[in-house]
Amino acid sequence: MSETQTLKVTPLNAVHRQMGAKMVDFGGWDMPVQYRGILDEHKAVRTGVGVFDVSHMGEIVVRGPQALELVNWVSSNDASKLAVGQVHYSGLLYEHGGFVDDILVHKVSDDEYFICVNASNQDKDFEHIVAHNKFQATVENAGARYAQIAVQGPKALEVCQKLTSSVLAPIQYYWFVDGEFAGVEARIARTGYTGEDGFEIYVSPDAAVSVWEAILEAGAEFGILACGLGARNTLRLEAKMALYGHEIDASISPLEAGLAWIVKMDKADFVGKTALAEQKAGGLKRKLVGFEMRERGIGRDGYEIEVNGEKVGWVTSGGPAPTLNKNIGLCYLPSELAVPGTKIKVVIRGAGVEAETVPTPFYKRAK
Amino acid sequence: MYPENYTYTKEHEWVAVDGDTGTIGITHHAQSELGDIVYVDLPKIGSMVGQHSTFGSVESVKAVSDIYSPVSGEVIEVNDSLTSAPEKLNSDPHGDAWLIKVKLKDLAELKSEGMMSAADYTKYVGA
Repeated sequence: MSETQTLKVTPLNAVHRQMGAKMVDFGGWDMPVQYRGILDEHKAVRTGVGVFDVSHMGEIVVRGPQALELVNWVSSNDASKLAVGQVHYSGLLYEHGGFVDDILVHKVSDDEYFICVNASNQDKDFEHIVAHNKFQATVENAGARYAQIAVQGPKALEVCQKLTSSVLAPIQYYWFVDGEFAGVEARIARTGYTGEDGFEIYVSPDAAVSVWEAILEAGAEFGILACGLGARNTLRLEAKMALYGHEIDASISPLEAGLAWIVKMDKADFVGKTALAEQKAGGLKRKLVGFEMRERGIGRDGYEIEVNGEKVGWVTSGGPAPTLNKNIGLCYLPSELAVPGTKIKVVIRGAGVEAETVPTPFYKRAK
Repeated sequence: MYPENYTYTKEHEWVAVDGDTGTIGITHHAQSELGDIVYVDLPKIGSMVGQHSTFGSVESVKAVSDIYSPVSGEVIEVNDSLTSAPEKLNSDPHGDAWLIKVKLKDLAELKSEGMMSAADYTKYVGA
């Protein structure tokens, strides 16, 4: 069909189709939403291991003697605290404090930072960083140079270790190494978007198919499943990880999103700092909070939330939590209501269905 | 795959008629497109359904899908077992996981525009 031709594809597109994946348009990318089924894939990641093609994600590389200055100017976390080989989660913010994107910053060396960004935001992010580049630094929109494959779950370490001579066990969560993986050069990061242990592996697009196949083969003894964006979403929601366009966007600040920990107000000035300081001083009007359905029904993305018959907020992400066997969600509510224990109603097809705000994350892995 | 004695709709429901009782469900194709089904909303006994109008919904992990009735009539039975075991819609959509039974209003609706035989429906979904 002609629609498909205009969608961007990852180097694994043909492999997904061969494997019988259901494909969907995800922000302009033709991506697998599921292979065997979301529930089986979700469970594989929680109890064994799953592999995801996340090659749609973008990469931006900042280099130069003032690479750190640029990264620290455009992001809210403090990149000066990163050691070589360390990663942190951060916000790329507008002057007014809203999100351009949420990002993972990897420190490759004193003069090189590797930033993983959301697929549909990568060009916008790149232009934003370039527009704020008043430093001796260069910015490369490097998405086309990388495929990314995520191996996630309690068995991810064992599976990945079979494919590399780099010793993986000592790599801490949110650290990475550059090495060889399944016979090719790779960046191997102990990061993920599932709430489980695991690795995100960056390789050249030419190598994506052979690396994918090597992972499936190495994982066969653990019952590895290829997993699509459907399971990625249920997994990240249980772990309360934000999704751009849902929990965060240009109109929402990290403080409202419960991400104050990625905002370092004590570091030198950065884009958005003034607005965030004002927001903090004035008090937050709304906050993100988790909820569980108390009556039959599933609160989904975009549904309204009512208290005493008045619209007070909206669901940012909602759906079944397969690990917990509950229907859960995240929502924005006025700050005074955004605390655990508030009785709310989620409006489902015109009717208010009982739910209650709860502490998050909904799921936390045992260490 | 698709029982010969059922009649099918473009919205992927089926109806099986016995006397003036119609049993209604969703097709194998519908459940396969939806994926893991986790929730079903069905009407109350005694309510009226109209041909091609929505009478309930089925939700998978990812999506909500309205269900349209292939025929008009009064709901005389509801498959309550689906409330606690909606996954049966994935495993047995043409059998145990029927949704509702209705007292048919007009048998001519089965032959009306858009209603399909098993052979036509099989062609329609490209199976």
